[in-house]
Amino acid sequence: MHPVLQASGLSMVFGGLRAVNSVDLCVRDGEIVALIGPNGAGKTTFFNCITGIYTPTEGQIRLCRPKTHGGGNDSGTVLNGFRPSRITKLGMARTFQNIRLFPNMTVLENVMIGMHCRTRAGILGALFRPPSVRAEEKLVIEKSYSYLEAVGLQSLYSERARNLPYGDQRRLEIARALAAEPFMLLLDEPAAGMNPQETIALQELIRTLRSQYNLTVLLIEHDMGLVMSLSDRIYVMEYGTKIAEGTPMEIGHNPRVIKAYLGEDFNA
Amino acid sequence: MQILKKAILTGIWFAVLTFPIMVVKVDHIEGKMVWRWENAGYIAIGAALLSLVWRYLLERKAMRRRQEELAIREPSLWNKILRDPKLIRTGLLILLLLMLILPALSSTYHINIIATALIYVVLALGLNIAVGLSGQLVLGYAAFYAVGAYAYGLANHYLGIGFWAMLPVGGIIAALAGILLGLPVLRLRGDYLAIVTLGFGEITRLIIQNWSSLTRGPGGISGIAKPGFFNFSMADVAVSSVYIYYITLALAILTIFVVDRLKHSRVGRAWQALREDEIASEAMGVDTMRTKLSAFALSSMWAGFAGVLMATKTTFINPNSFTFMESALILSMVVLGGMGSIWGVVLGAVAIILLPEYLRAFSEYRMLIFGAIMVAMMVFRPQGLIPPQFRRYEIPDYLKKKSAGTPEGAKEGN
Repeated sequence: MHPVLQASGLSMVFGGLRAVNSVDLCVRDGEIVALIGPNGAGKTTFFNCITGIYTPTEGQIRLCRPKTHGGGNDSGTVLNGFRPSRITKLGMARTFQNIRLFPNMTVLENVMIGMHCRTRAGILGALFRPPSVRAEEKLVIEKSYSYLEAVGLQSLYSERARNLPYGDQRRLEIARALAAEPFMLLLDEPAAGMNPQETIALQELIRTLRSQYNLTVLLIEHDMGLVMSLSDRIYVMEYGTKIAEGTPMEIGHNPRVIKAYLGEDFNA
Repeated sequence: MQILKKAILTGIWFAVLTFPIMVVKVDHIEGKMVWRWENAGYIAIGAALLSLVWRYLLERKAMRRRQEELAIREPSLWNKILRDPKLIRTGLLILLLLMLILPALSSTYHINIIATALIYVVLALGLNIAVGLSGQLVLGYAAFYAVGAYAYGLANHYLGIGFWAMLPVGGIIAALAGILLGLPVLRLRGDYLAIVTLGFGEITRLIIQNWSSLTRGPGGISGIAKPGFFNFSMADVAVSSVYIYYITLALAILTIFVVDRLKHSRVGRAWQALREDEIASEAMGVDTMRTKLSAFALSSMWAGFAGVLMATKTTFINPNSFTFMESALILSMVVLGGMGSIWGVVLGAVAIILLPEYLRAFSEYRMLIFGAIMVAMMVFRPQGLIPPQFRRYEIPDYLKKKSAGTPEGAKEGN
């Protein structure tokens, strides 16, 4: 399979702290890959590096549009130093661990912002509203509504985002990321704060979305049930370094992972 | 009961606090102390009453919030009126007609005041683009106003260029100044941005004040030409006031129209996303640098237009018209009216200009009343006179039916 996202030797240093230390990671077309590790292992920092919020100190990130999304045979684009908006436009969208919606905008508007980088209307277009801009606006509304349908929030489209319950806010973040029409979706702890039923529904949702939009998914998650049943492969980080990678089966039996993640005396 | 007790305590406390200045007085002529005990009584009663009202209002606000959480509160009459598009449209139409025939009904004095208020409407709406819509706190807005005014003042003084030619040019020069300020502060947020823009405002004013060879320094520029009507110049003061009034009205209406269109567009949504969460909007593919620059440029452009108008209206400009107080005044219009709300900002501007004009009787207490109103507004109605309304997008019915047919749209696959 074609690699979609490749990080090689990625390091992020804050002052004297190596938050991410020479991590290699590769996600292939259509995979669901999980990144796990104890708190403070550097997972979110890793995410922030590959999405351009931080510029990594060392290493290279490469993003390659898969053929299912009209990509060619080239080896992709090196993302180092790109601004987040540019990376999103290239086709990689994300959600945040601590939900970052636009609280005072409506649910639909939140999703419409996701489509910003796929539309073109400028200031003059806004003032004179030529037919092309009107058509674009109509398309944005329709498509945004369909993304809301995809996550099951369509009935709440005119609510303010801040008034949504927690689980719905998480799903709205996913819808907003989908609206950027990515081929690569990064989810930062999508199940955080959800109850078991909601987690199972979320698991189902991620699977459905992957097949519906031909997505490749990289997710950070603490809920081991979700990670084990959803992911094709798992990477494990501890203290900024990658300590293991493999299928859920392999990871579940890896003594080092068990020790780092579940404690000394745990028997898998 | 609790409230009453606290109010009485507040009253006593204030009486004690003000004791040295309100009660004790030294009579120099007689050489003895005068004890004005009755003053302490007035203070105590006054403070207790104010405290009572204050606490009652706070209580009511808290209760409302509780009711809102339970969603049992009916929308108030005021809100009902605001949400009825038909009523609004008729109301605005009547207002527009009134504004159009106003010169026939009233004197030059009133026309001039209202024209001033309209210039401030344009200014406040312009600042609303940066502060209310995009969340960029600009404290030096008067600088752009000055750029517009001086652009016309200088061009007219040295080159004899007329109002109509300079109106767009003044706007563009101010927009360029906005970009000039915007570029270095793109990475700044919140407090830092506020401080830098504050500095920019003062620098601009000081340059104008001290570059005497060009700007004629603190003395200002006088005798700036009034706008001409095709090739006729308007000599008569009354006629030219009415003419300027109509120009101002037209510009104000144009501003309302433009800001409204921008607000409900792709650009406007990006501005609002920027206000809500800069990192999230950047991560969602909004180029925050460009978005910020466009907000700065457009915001300062309207200040430029207003500046040109102001210069032609007063025919005299000097640096004292563009102090920090001016920026603060415009900002308070935006905050008082409701950040991000077009009609709120219009109302805020009109209220802040017209109330002091027509309350000249209380002119001594003007700033006191102004301060008290601002404090009370921020406590009891922080969202402003008319908070921004949320746009309800129309979802075509065929889309809704599709989702009703299949319980989960996601299941359809492709």
